[in-house]
Amino acid sequence: MRLCASKAVLAVLAFLVLLAPAGAPLAEPLRIESWRSDDRDIWSGVIIPAFNKRYPDIAVKFTPSPPREYDASLNARLAGGTAGDLITCRPFDASLKLFKAGHLVALDDLKGLARFRDVARAAWRTDDGKVTYCLPMASVIHGFIYNRRIFEELKLSVPKTVSEFFATLDKIKAQGRYTPLAMGTADQWEAATMGFQNIGPNYWKGEQGRRQLVSGDARLSDPPYVATLAQLARWRPYLGRGFTAQSYADSQTLFTLGRAAIYPAGSWEIANFRKLADFPFDAFPPPVPDGAQDCYISDHTDIGIGINAASTNRKQARVFLEWMTTKEFATLFANALPGFFPLSDHKLVLNDPLAQTFLNWRQMCKSTIRNSYQILSRGTPNLENEIWNVSAQVINGTLSPRAGAEKLQQGLAAWYPPHRR
Amino acid sequence: MSIALTGHAVERGREGPGRPPRRVLALFLLPAVAVYSVFSIYPLLATIALSTRKTNAAGLSEFAGLANFIRLFFDPNWSDAFWNALANNTLFFVIHMAVQNPIAIALAALLSLPGLRARAFYRTAIFLPATLSVVIVGFVWQLILSPLWGVSEGLMSAVGLGGWFAPWLGREGSALVVLSLMSVWQFVGIPMLLIHAALINIPDDLTDAALVDGAGHWRIFWTIKLPLVAPTIGLVSILTFVGNFNAFDLIYAVKGALAGPNFSTDILGTFFYRTFFGHQLQAGDPAMGAAVATVMFVIILAGVAVYLLAFQRRLKGSNP
Repeated sequence: MRLCASKAVLAVLAFLVLLAPAGAPLAEPLRIESWRSDDRDIWSGVIIPAFNKRYPDIAVKFTPSPPREYDASLNARLAGGTAGDLITCRPFDASLKLFKAGHLVALDDLKGLARFRDVARAAWRTDDGKVTYCLPMASVIHGFIYNRRIFEELKLSVPKTVSEFFATLDKIKAQGRYTPLAMGTADQWEAATMGFQNIGPNYWKGEQGRRQLVSGDARLSDPPYVATLAQLARWRPYLGRGFTAQSYADSQTLFTLGRAAIYPAGSWEIANFRKLADFPFDAFPPPVPDGAQDCYISDHTDIGIGINAASTNRKQARVFLEWMTTKEFATLFANALPGFFPLSDHKLVLNDPLAQTFLNWRQMCKSTIRNSYQILSRGTPNLENEIWNVSAQVINGTLSPRAGAEKLQQGLAAWYPPHRR
Repeated sequence: MSIALTGHAVERGREGPGRPPRRVLALFLLPAVAVYSVFSIYPLLATIALSTRKTNAAGLSEFAGLANFIRLFFDPNWSDAFWNALANNTLFFVIHMAVQNPIAIALAALLSLPGLRARAFYRTAIFLPATLSVVIVGFVWQLILSPLWGVSEGLMSAVGLGGWFAPWLGREGSALVVLSLMSVWQFVGIPMLLIHAALINIPDDLTDAALVDGAGHWRIFWTIKLPLVAPTIGLVSILTFVGNFNAFDLIYAVKGALAGPNFSTDILGTFFYRTFFGHQLQAGDPAMGAAVATVMFVIILAGVAVYLLAFQRRLKGSNP
């Protein structure tokens, strides 16, 4: 009887041993939380298979939620302990809140993190800059996309300075067939994002000006900000008829139909414009003020990725993040999503020439991020909302550039201590 | 009839204590009471409770008394936006009352004309927009009024009014009026149907008698029909009031939550949305949002109370 029992135990053990090799890969896969449901095919079809070629025994699954629900559903899952192992990070305060609540782990010991510049990491660092809790993944770059056919037809050259820019606009307007600038103020955010944040860094000298605003050493009523708004006000005569009622979608359509020459843009438009426009188009960085030596671009950090502190697979998650700092990942990602640029310092070659053009500006110009995103939009009135409102009003002509800058400063000084001194 | 009823009541009275109807009544009321309590009364009370709280520096919720309301009414960072939204909302309502309801009465009167052909077609066609999603209504009207691709400028030029065209939706002075008119266009069918139903319920004897007495159709409408449908018009007004002060979707669909240009189309609904859910980089503040919602509730409650006390009672009194 005893023999019998031990035999049975042996048999069970043997069975388990036999099962074991098959059982190991069945370990829970790493799950990636994300709001980029558009990118599902790219992750599961390109990026994860490439990772598995190197690390065949770490299973990874991309499990996105719809963008609008992401923050709420992620918070609920984090609270309930059912969130994925890797968490796609929104920039700035949304992720900072997660880190402070103990949902994200510090990543400072990640070796590959050294390949990311300060400005890239700023979006996922504590206010004192000591701890980084998400790996920067991608940014979008602002500039101007132009219709090459119109430029050739009117024999225009790409403007480098602000006065060249307005000379170009004058020529297009004088010829009369095309709208010089495809932008409207109905949705307000275009005026702020493709206007103010696009051309502004050249005036406030990128990171330097942004940091001074945060520290309170510069005011939004200072000359650089008035000059930025003054240039926006000068755009008015070159915008389409009835631009005050022109929406973002109207502007995109106006340009892709070939009826407008220049489109104040974000690099995310590339893939969409490739689909819609039947003419060649190219891009130039924001023209510099006359006499300025350096150029600055808005290279705005948009997506990061971090590790869920409650994950049972933190080791493997770290391996995945370490792989995400490599050139291999950067190349795959940048080519799969033209217009979203990896933030590491690897030299990349992109298949899309326009995306490559945008990316090359990083070598020519200094990168900065939108100045309202870090710390400065935490109070009431909200600086980002104010910039939308003021930029649109300045372009509409209902507010002067100086009054607009004063309004922005007044709003910030109403709650932000470094500006109350 | 009344004698029979009284007799019945007396009979029931004789059944003495422990009358079953009361318990049965409670039983029948229970489902409605339960549903209303869970889905209406509880959320309402919870909202009011939430409006008295705030998040402290440590991120915890604590009791704040009326602090949120004091901020809403007296801190210029909040009160400017609030009064602006309230003023805009009032204009939104006034335009509905001044345009939607007279048009609805006129259309209902036309619909109830004797001998009108294709009555059902007109009724359906005018009511149809009310069944559309506001997103579609907003989108279609934006296209019609678009200075780039809209047909309105061409149509106006065709009748010699081209010079009057402007990008109305993009102007501070006109955007809200245009949005109100879009909403009027969409919803005019509902009051029209209600008033039409009231009009056709007026007994023919009354109008016939008036005709015999020598009154014209115009006179009959003003002195007989209109007073008889007054209770329905009152009902329509209060529905419009409640609907307008809860409005949100059309403005949000056309102008976004920042309700531009320069907040000229901001109404209480969009103001509440921004406050409660946040906007772009503005973090949502549920407690402050609840305070805004509570104020909206009080405004609507006051409006309904005025209607009930001042109008409905009098209407009932004059029309026993």
